[in-house]
Amino acid sequence: MAASSRAQVLDLYRAMLRESKRFSSYNYRTYAVRRIRDAFRENKNVKDPVEIQTLVNKAKRDLEVIRRQMDSRSVAQAGVHNLSSLQPVPPRFKQFSYLSLLISWDYRRPPSHLANFCIFSRDGVSLY
Amino acid sequence: RILTYYTVNLLKLNFNANPIGVDDVKNEKQKKKISRFYLDSQATTMIDPRVFDKMIPYMTYVYGNSHSRNHFFGWESENAVEEARENIIRLINGKNNKEIIFTSGATESNNLAIIGICTYYNNINKNKNHIITSQIEHKCILQSCRYLQTKGFEVTYLKPNQKGIIELEDIKKNIKPNTILASFIFVNNEIGVIQDIKNIGKMCKENQILFHTDASQAIGKVPIDVQEMNIDLMSISAHKIYGPKGIGALFIKRKKPNIRLNAMMHGGGQERGMRSGTLPTHLIVGLGEAIQLCSREMERDNKKLIFFFNYVKQYLSKNLDYIIFNGCQINRYHGNLNISFLFVEGESLLMSLNDIALSSGSACTSNTLEPSYVLRSIGVSEDIAHTSIRIGFNRFTTFFEVQKLCVDLVNSVKRLRSISPLYEMELEKNNSSSDTLQFVWT
Repeated sequence: MAASSRAQVLDLYRAMLRESKRFSSYNYRTYAVRRIRDAFRENKNVKDPVEIQTLVNKAKRDLEVIRRQMDSRSVAQAGVHNLSSLQPVPPRFKQFSYLSLLISWDYRRPPSHLANFCIFSRDGVSLY
Repeated sequence: RILTYYTVNLLKLNFNANPIGVDDVKNEKQKKKISRFYLDSQATTMIDPRVFDKMIPYMTYVYGNSHSRNHFFGWESENAVEEARENIIRLINGKNNKEIIFTSGATESNNLAIIGICTYYNNINKNKNHIITSQIEHKCILQSCRYLQTKGFEVTYLKPNQKGIIELEDIKKNIKPNTILASFIFVNNEIGVIQDIKNIGKMCKENQILFHTDASQAIGKVPIDVQEMNIDLMSISAHKIYGPKGIGALFIKRKKPNIRLNAMMHGGGQERGMRSGTLPTHLIVGLGEAIQLCSREMERDNKKLIFFFNYVKQYLSKNLDYIIFNGCQINRYHGNLNISFLFVEGESLLMSLNDIALSSGSACTSNTLEPSYVLRSIGVSEDIAHTSIRIGFNRFTTFFEVQKLCVDLVNSVKRLRSISPLYEMELEKNNSSSDTLQFVWT
């Protein structure tokens, strides 16, 4: 169990760093990366399984926060007329991004399991 | 290739790395892509993504009026508002959620505190008509006091010492039997100096006068304990602590006798009749979340800010002469650095640093070309006040930005001084013993 917990934590760490690097804002991006590294560093010596699970759950919630930021940025780009760089957005992307955002932000009906949470991205649908 | 990438990155994990921070800008090509640097954090700050995430449901799914008492939609909003109140009370060690009144910002809170309190107590007792404040307060406090002066109130504006600190003896000397309220800014927005709030609060309590502090630059950045500091009223702003603009709060201590004030916004009686108007739930949730984040991140943020503060000071002191760091360098908030670069006009320096956002004074006074009244109050001469700029670090500032600031500042100052006749005169004066022409500023 200890080995799988460690693997889960490392997967989570990598996922958080990967998502954080997608922030378009330099300041948000560097802060998120820095903060995640600091948080995992601070808690690397935690041994209590209950505490580890609490921290893992918190990290998962934070990962969802970061992913929602990515989705909100995509919707904002689809809806806002950007004068500096006009890029056409695929119609399928616009339709699904808005719906996924509304679903993810309805906190009264959270996703039942992280594995079933769908991320609608520019490249299509990916399952986590 | 993916496995190699992850393996290499895992191996690079160094858990004993510099606690100050990791800058992900690794190469020159990436650095060149970053074209804008925000270092004017005293004007406003960017919203923390976690705050934004917390706010969004209250702009979409949770849209009830928090004062609708008859249905679930209202209860949902009310719970969110009360949670935000709880967060604020917890941070400042208040006693009761009812001590927080939400307003549209620190300006409204300051107006409500100064004008609302003083007019109420003056109505009860016409002899009570004196207010003590300082010359370095925010414009909204000064203008509120000036407004009360037109209504017959007496206001004493205390001058700070050269470090920007209000002397306790001066406050003590000016307390009179007809004094209602003393108002002193906690952390000055221009020079970053922290007043001796604890002792001022103690003095006000001993003399039974109400004590108000504008904590819009202090809350979430320096520890505040309203019980220990004997603070009766405190103004709070969200957009200085990575929250949304358009929301603030006024802390009114519940004590015997109750602190009463005249409301300035009349209507449905919200906020116990002190500030009517439908509460913007999403903004309040943003403020509450920003406060909660600050309580968790304060120590971490301050460690970084102290490092940046000392780094900039050391770098500039080593590479430039004729610079002055304004305000007390010890009792201060280290996210604010106010520097005068002699012989270089502040506005010109800001123009030459066109990709770095800085300020040559407070945002509220940046439309005018007058020198900063705060700097003039602490004894800085007019010509030197014109050469000052204010740097504001924040939670999201990176070391790369600070390094770029230092390099660009030094280069710009040297370039501007090379074409400055005043600098040339100063160098000639140093090189020769004869008298040279003196410029007198009007």
